[in-house]
Amino acid sequence: MNGQPLLAVDRLSKTFRSGGGLFGRARTIRAVHEVSFAIARGESLGLVGESGSGKTTLGRLILRLLTANSGTVHFDGTDVLTADRRTLRALRRRMQIVFQDSAGSLNPRMTIGSAVREPMTVHRLARRSELDTRVRTLFGEVGLDPILVDRYPHELSGGQRQRVGIARALSVEPKFVVLDEPVSALDVSVQAQVLNLLADLRERRSLTYLFIAHDLAVVRHLADRVAVMYFGKLVEIAPTPRLFAAPTHPYTTTLLAAIPVPDPRRARQRSMAGEPVGRSAGPDPAPAEPQPGSQPADACPFYPRCPHPAKDERCRREVPLLREIGVGRLVACHYADPSAPDRPPA
Amino acid sequence: MSRTLRLVWQDRRARVGLALVVLFALLAAFASVVASHDPTAQLDLVGKQYQPPSLAHPFGTDFYSRDLLSRVLHGARISLSIAVLSVAVSIVLGTAVGLAAGLAGGLVDQVLMRGVDGALAMPRLFLVLVVVALWEDIGVVGLVLILGLTSWFDTSRIVRAEVLSVKSRQFIAAARAVGLGLRGIVGRHLLPNIAGPIIVMATLGIGQMILLEAGLSYLGVGVRPPTPSWGQIIADGQQVLRTAPWVALFPGLAIVVTVLAFSLLGDGVRRALDPRSQ
Repeated sequence: MNGQPLLAVDRLSKTFRSGGGLFGRARTIRAVHEVSFAIARGESLGLVGESGSGKTTLGRLILRLLTANSGTVHFDGTDVLTADRRTLRALRRRMQIVFQDSAGSLNPRMTIGSAVREPMTVHRLARRSELDTRVRTLFGEVGLDPILVDRYPHELSGGQRQRVGIARALSVEPKFVVLDEPVSALDVSVQAQVLNLLADLRERRSLTYLFIAHDLAVVRHLADRVAVMYFGKLVEIAPTPRLFAAPTHPYTTTLLAAIPVPDPRRARQRSMAGEPVGRSAGPDPAPAEPQPGSQPADACPFYPRCPHPAKDERCRREVPLLREIGVGRLVACHYADPSAPDRPPA
Repeated sequence: MSRTLRLVWQDRRARVGLALVVLFALLAAFASVVASHDPTAQLDLVGKQYQPPSLAHPFGTDFYSRDLLSRVLHGARISLSIAVLSVAVSIVLGTAVGLAAGLAGGLVDQVLMRGVDGALAMPRLFLVLVVVALWEDIGVVGLVLILGLTSWFDTSRIVRAEVLSVKSRQFIAAARAVGLGLRGIVGRHLLPNIAGPIIVMATLGIGQMILLEAGLSYLGVGVRPPTPSWGQIIADGQQVLRTAPWVALFPGLAIVVTVLAFSLLGDGVRRALDPRSQ
């Protein structure tokens, strides 16, 4: 393939207004702020961050399910945000999404067979007589028993419903899929099955993924690179093995420390090494809302929670920009140390 | 659709409702065949005034010695067609306005809903009376339009509220992501999920319309005598409730059974449309 990325996002921003109305002042919340990144063909980019960091909003903006305030999104050279109705329709065939809430993202009044059939009829991808066969094939591909076609979403388990969501997204044969926390709502045992399915499908259909998750551990096996988001901004991007081996942004470090260690002996080693163990020892909980005014506008957004020993006045006066500190590594921290020693993978 | 019909048929209560509705519709349609007398014929003003129910006159006779069974049967024609048609007008209009307000939001929503608020603040009977007073003889079509055009306000409010809650659900975003246009989203995803409340509104509306028509006839502005409607007959009987209670009793019962039948049917349809209720 050529060197042009499949998806290019440039300085994408979205603010939401809340409150206001008749009384009181409306507050604006910057959900996504000047985010730029690119995804190569066939690549899988993980996007992690805590709840409210803007990662889901970012996914919706890319697919134009929400309207961006500024910035651009290019898919395979086509400008997504200014595309006219016809172009957008064509784009919707090539970019798809799998939602976190499989129950909420399926129409409760529609059988799952119809739900998988619908995108193909919208884009007229098959003759009426072929549709049933294609639905059955898709069911088989995502590991659903074809006898379930006439069932309704509420009659299925969470894992089965998520497979329906995946089959629906794949029915139009897209090139690129946004996976918006596809396993967060599932049981741990089912999570692994769905993750394996997603990995298989990626290989078989040479798909490109934007894999959104709040859990670094989930992203690890499916992402080639990981982007970390905090309060609407990207704070670090790195190839997955590098990020796990040597995180440079203090926020990434605390996220990694929050991954539970299943092996008690390893956990003990980690705690003896003076590192925090488990979620309880993770970073301070995020303030429920960013307090406007409590922090200067040009301070590093992570300043109040930052555990970095070197943090100082500069962090309060100057917003750190995303800068390159190594091959394919970007970080937004004044004191991120590119030469940090690799530590054993957690 | 065939699935919905099958489910309605499997539901015993809905089946009773459907049977009654069909029965009443048939009786109304073939009233001139079924009824033993001309509903406006005065049989014997001296000898047959206010006859209690008997074999010859199962529902009795009224002041003008007319056969009440025949009048109730013919009245079904007027009352049922007015009720069903005006409910259809009101539901279609209310749903359209509610959809427009809920989907468009912003200024459109504000203007439509303030208008509806204003209309709701006025007593409906008063509104209808004003309109009726402007025309000499409005006929059945006029009555249907007036009843329909003055009764969609609450439907539009309920539909708007339902649209607002359903349109923020994720499967609507999912439908957009798939590339469905507005028409497809409304037709395939939005309307099926707000059908329940609309059907309930329609069934309740049938009863209200029959009663409203009865009220108008009672006030002398509805259907003109001697054409019978249920409301008309009840109005006639109201003055003699003590001495000849059967005059008002039978059309009253007809209204009760009709309303009940439509409620049973409507509830059955609502259940059949909701896959989660089985």
